[in-house]
Amino acid sequence: MEELTLKIEHLCSGFFTERGYVPAVDDVSLVIPQGQVVGIVGESGCGKSMIARSVMGLLKYPGRITGGSIQLAGRELTGLPDRQMQRIRGKDMAMIFQEPMTSLNPVATVGRQMREALLLHEKMDKNAAREQVLNMLERVGISEPEKRYNAYPHELSGGLRQRVMIAMAMICMPKLLIADEPTTALDVTIEAQILRLIRDLSRQTGMSVLLISHNLGVIAQMCDAVYVMYAGKIVEQADAFTLFDSHAHPYTKGLMDSVIDLKTNPRRLPAIGGVVPNLLHLPAGCAFSPRCPLAGERCRAERPEMEQLAPGHMCRCFEGRRA
Amino acid sequence: MALFKTKAAAVSEELASQIGESDTLSIKLRRMVRRNKLAAFSGVLLALLVLCAVFAPVLTPYDAVTGDIAQRLKPPSAAHWLGTDEMGRDVLTRLLYGARVSLAVGVVPTLASMIIGAALGMAAGYLGGKADHIIMRLADVMLAFPSLLLAMVIMYTLGGSVLNIFLALTLISWASVARVARSETISLKESEYVEAARSIGVRPARIILRHILPNCIPSFIVLFTLNVPGAILSESSLSFLGIGIQLPNSSWGLMVNMGRQFLYNAPWISLAPSAAIMLVVLCCNFLGDGLRDALDPHLNND
Repeated sequence: MEELTLKIEHLCSGFFTERGYVPAVDDVSLVIPQGQVVGIVGESGCGKSMIARSVMGLLKYPGRITGGSIQLAGRELTGLPDRQMQRIRGKDMAMIFQEPMTSLNPVATVGRQMREALLLHEKMDKNAAREQVLNMLERVGISEPEKRYNAYPHELSGGLRQRVMIAMAMICMPKLLIADEPTTALDVTIEAQILRLIRDLSRQTGMSVLLISHNLGVIAQMCDAVYVMYAGKIVEQADAFTLFDSHAHPYTKGLMDSVIDLKTNPRRLPAIGGVVPNLLHLPAGCAFSPRCPLAGERCRAERPEMEQLAPGHMCRCFEGRRA
Repeated sequence: MALFKTKAAAVSEELASQIGESDTLSIKLRRMVRRNKLAAFSGVLLALLVLCAVFAPVLTPYDAVTGDIAQRLKPPSAAHWLGTDEMGRDVLTRLLYGARVSLAVGVVPTLASMIIGAALGMAAGYLGGKADHIIMRLADVMLAFPSLLLAMVIMYTLGGSVLNIFLALTLISWASVARVARSETISLKESEYVEAARSIGVRPARIILRHILPNCIPSFIVLFTLNVPGAILSESSLSFLGIGIQLPNSSWGLMVNMGRQFLYNAPWISLAPSAAIMLVVLCCNFLGDGLRDALDPHLNND
């Protein structure tokens, strides 16, 4: 049995708004074996980031975890008081954010921000922390780390800043790195570099990565296993090869179809019709049924459960085998 | 490794001096002097004024309290540079002694109210919920109350001394600072770098001190330069009403008000302290501008 870095079981979390409870994450189970890169893919607003925030314990009011369990290397995280979460955040798990331009404090130097975690968690003195920070900066491929150490964030480019963010997250060698759309704000060349960097660091250190993206190309390049999310639920999960080769869910198919392929004839890009349903008023049956080309009577009346199609390949669809 | 370390240290020092990225406060101030002449000039003038106030007894041969009644209401002359007042006291002398009170009254309560207001406001903004409600309703009450009236009540009950003026002015001005601090904190709390800091496990107190406070400093400096003149003027009003600084001590506000009766015959009695107040207020504003620019890391590289 391989060791699991992260084990999420039946996680539910959502927002308590004036108009009612919004179930942003609904009964999600997910595992990340040690050293693997696991991806979550889905449209905007399908609950990807909510999972990340639930794990980090950084849900914003009025968001709350309402059920299920999250275990980091065997330790239960739900229900931990904030004081203990503070000790885990940054040390055992860390996160990199979407916007490298705004994720660094504009009035503090890069070095000062990066060493913060070391001073907090490793109780290092400033000189030792400095050495470590410089090492890490070099490791994430930043030239002239000495110079960058004393630089302010606005003096760095977007790509450099995201490298700094990665270095900052990695500095205490966490067991789990959560990357929430780490390359969305970057151009494609930098994107490729950053992704390679994350993967290499994961391989070198045995760190597990939870990669959140809406970009299938990114997921394909990076991930060992992939979870496809729709309207707060996992609709399909498989290893990357299976998913790209023989995906079963019509939503996954829709996502795959809307990727531009230059080898086939240039044509009008198919898109999935319709929009993500309002989480406050989900359809009675399958959440995807209003947009699904295969939806029948049963899909509109009943909610499908996860079904195993092959070992390790699960799909939440009545018509799954046909897609 | 040891070799690498020393080499690294040497390189870093050299680089730091080359690119000027790890600027110390003194470097920042020097840059301000170079860039903003007006601010630098204001700073020097204020410093001079403070020195004059401190060394008033050395600088003037006259006594601030007793005057020569035969020399009353004399216009400016070689002996009395700014003339004499209705009691025959040298106006320049009283101006210098008055500067002690006026400058202290401008700075001390403003600083105190900023510290209290910032602490309460940032706590309210960051914690939210009940703490926010309690602190901000208290601030609302303070703001809704006519501030001069409140200061008067305090001065009447406690008596007119400099210390009590400090107390009264601090009490009436912390609330507006708290409001600014709270709104800044609320917007900064939502920023991604505060979230990033939380994601590496930084504790709330440290987030407020290291990540939020430094980003509030520019608005605090502006607020400070606006509040100092306000405090000086409030003290003048209180002194005018007879419940601030008591005669025969002097403060600028008191002098303006005492000279009011002789405005037609001996305008210098009121004009000199008025000009002094104006000068200090202007200098504060210019210096505040310059400081805010100098402390902003975005303007670090020329």
